[in-house]
Amino acid sequence: MESLPDPTRPMKDHPQPDARDALVGPGHTIASITDKISEIVLSPLAKTPLGWHAMMGIASVGVIMLVASITNLVITGVGVWGNNVPVGWAFDIINFVWWIGIGHAGTLISAVLLLLRQEWRTSINRFAEAMTIFAVACAGMYPLLHTGRPWLAYWLLPYPNTMGMWPQFRSPLVWDVFAVSTYATVSLLFWYTGMIPDLATLRDQAKNKIAKLAYGMLSMGWRGAASHWNRFETASVLLAGLSTPLVLSVHSVVSFDFATGIVPGWHTTVFPPYFVAGAIFAGFAMVLTLALPIRSFYGLKDFITEKHLDNMAKVLLATGLIVTYGYAMEAFAAWYSGSVYEAYLLQNRLSGPYWMFYWALILTNCLVPQIFWYAPARRNVWILFGVSMSVNIGMWLERFVIIVQSLHRDFLPSSWGMYSPTIWDWGMYLGTIGFFLFNFFLFVRFLPMIAIFEMRLLVPKSGVTGKDAPHHGTAHGAPAPALHDHVGRS
Amino acid sequence: MAAKTHSPIHGLLAEFDKPEALVEAARQARAAGYTKVEAFSPMPIHALDGVLGLKNRLPFFVLAGGITGMLTGAALQYWTSVIEYPTDIGGRPWLSWPAFVVPMFETTILFAALTAVFGMLIMNGLPQPYHPLFHVKRFAEATRSRFFFLIEAEDPKFDLPSVREFLARQKPTSIEEVPN
Repeated sequence: MESLPDPTRPMKDHPQPDARDALVGPGHTIASITDKISEIVLSPLAKTPLGWHAMMGIASVGVIMLVASITNLVITGVGVWGNNVPVGWAFDIINFVWWIGIGHAGTLISAVLLLLRQEWRTSINRFAEAMTIFAVACAGMYPLLHTGRPWLAYWLLPYPNTMGMWPQFRSPLVWDVFAVSTYATVSLLFWYTGMIPDLATLRDQAKNKIAKLAYGMLSMGWRGAASHWNRFETASVLLAGLSTPLVLSVHSVVSFDFATGIVPGWHTTVFPPYFVAGAIFAGFAMVLTLALPIRSFYGLKDFITEKHLDNMAKVLLATGLIVTYGYAMEAFAAWYSGSVYEAYLLQNRLSGPYWMFYWALILTNCLVPQIFWYAPARRNVWILFGVSMSVNIGMWLERFVIIVQSLHRDFLPSSWGMYSPTIWDWGMYLGTIGFFLFNFFLFVRFLPMIAIFEMRLLVPKSGVTGKDAPHHGTAHGAPAPALHDHVGRS
Repeated sequence: MAAKTHSPIHGLLAEFDKPEALVEAARQARAAGYTKVEAFSPMPIHALDGVLGLKNRLPFFVLAGGITGMLTGAALQYWTSVIEYPTDIGGRPWLSWPAFVVPMFETTILFAALTAVFGMLIMNGLPQPYHPLFHVKRFAEATRSRFFFLIEAEDPKFDLPSVREFLARQKPTSIEEVPN
């Protein structure tokens, strides 16, 4: 019975026909995995790879730019940005949507792929979750600063106040406050909770007293007790189940900011699914952008294998096609609606003053990822990196096209206008990229970037794989116990 | 025999190098009638859930948290939009509930997720910076590559020589007393 392969089981239960499809490099034990991943964090600073220092240096410049841009913005006012009537939303909202979309891949990998029992997520989920946290932090800055008086940002929240006022719950902008703040909170909890067992590993492996104390505090006294694991896994699977509809809701709500308006190009029903697919597309591109250099700096090719890269490329290809479908539907709806404004918008996109942005978008988002139909391209790090950068740019262009091209020429030709960003727009945008990378590389240095305890479950010879019976008390008492289910955190 | 209040030791800890051995030791301990036992491993071992009879009521609490969140979101929006601060937005009714679904959904998820995380921590007794097991030097391996099984001194059947003999039969790689 045990020799029968079960097609619903992940690959580790089957003999590996091709070593290139392995999720963990050969020869690893649970001890060697632990040591390899914890060493990245616990080694002295002098042993940190040169690439890390270089990236930190570049990121620090970005952080300084961000501080300068925000300081000038707050002292002078939002007029330092280029957006003005008719283009009242520009870099601030483009970048807000861009960042929040990038964050979505982290939740997708950690929650949706967990529920779908995709084991290949294991080595990339932790840093994809970290990416989510930092991307949401960057996203959150924009609407708050765009209010002009960010020190009054708490006015967005419902609380009893002396003005006797309350938020207007029929507005998608208020929905956004609820969606994004819930998303940030739940992502942070999910990330931290998942790290507790690994923080305990670091506590126990650390030689340095300060490190031992810090990881000791963070791990809260985790001991790996069976009763603790039991509740931990229940909490993890529940959080995954809660995060899955949440992540879909967040970008749907972001798309409502547009779709509930009447501006040509915004008022379409395809927006929620098309925004969600775009978010996953953008997020996987960013995961690749970060994973490829880190994999090389830290020699993690045994953990982030070619199989991972191949799968991520396939996700990019699939979501890229959904996004392409979205663009096609937008154009079709503009024609089919018979609305003169929608038809003009389409014409303006294809051949108006910003035509270059639209065609660059089609090139970067629709055409370039098609190279992934060719299998060797999905395993070539240079092609992967190139395509992921192309998608990063393309998804930014998409938001530019949606926001600026719709606003700059809407219903009344007398109120048409043009938009161009100022140096402060660029300063803040590049600044958030620096801030994002800064946080990300700090995370890589100080926290376990790969979920150690989940990787242990993938080790073929650890003796814990193999017979994989259902773990919820088999009534007929199977002699060979299921030592764990095939999902790590479930 | 009643549980000792001031036992000099916390329990007896056996170390194994294979998860199968840990599961088997847990099974034998339960068969031998020990009740105050705990297994420790670097990764979750689901077979232990059945062997040790582990169940948890976290899903129930999370459901309750989610329902509380939904009702909170509904009450907040009803009270502000209908009673405290009614605003005419394009002639919509005060109780324009379809618009309220989104914030209600978000508060449902928020409350449920907070319950899942804090419920898990509270039921696990975390944070717990001090625990007698941390006195055992070898126990640091429980978060790396080794598997441990503990029979607590509070177990009604606990009697040091017989427990030691019982654990030795499970062929552990080491047995240590855990100081209290």
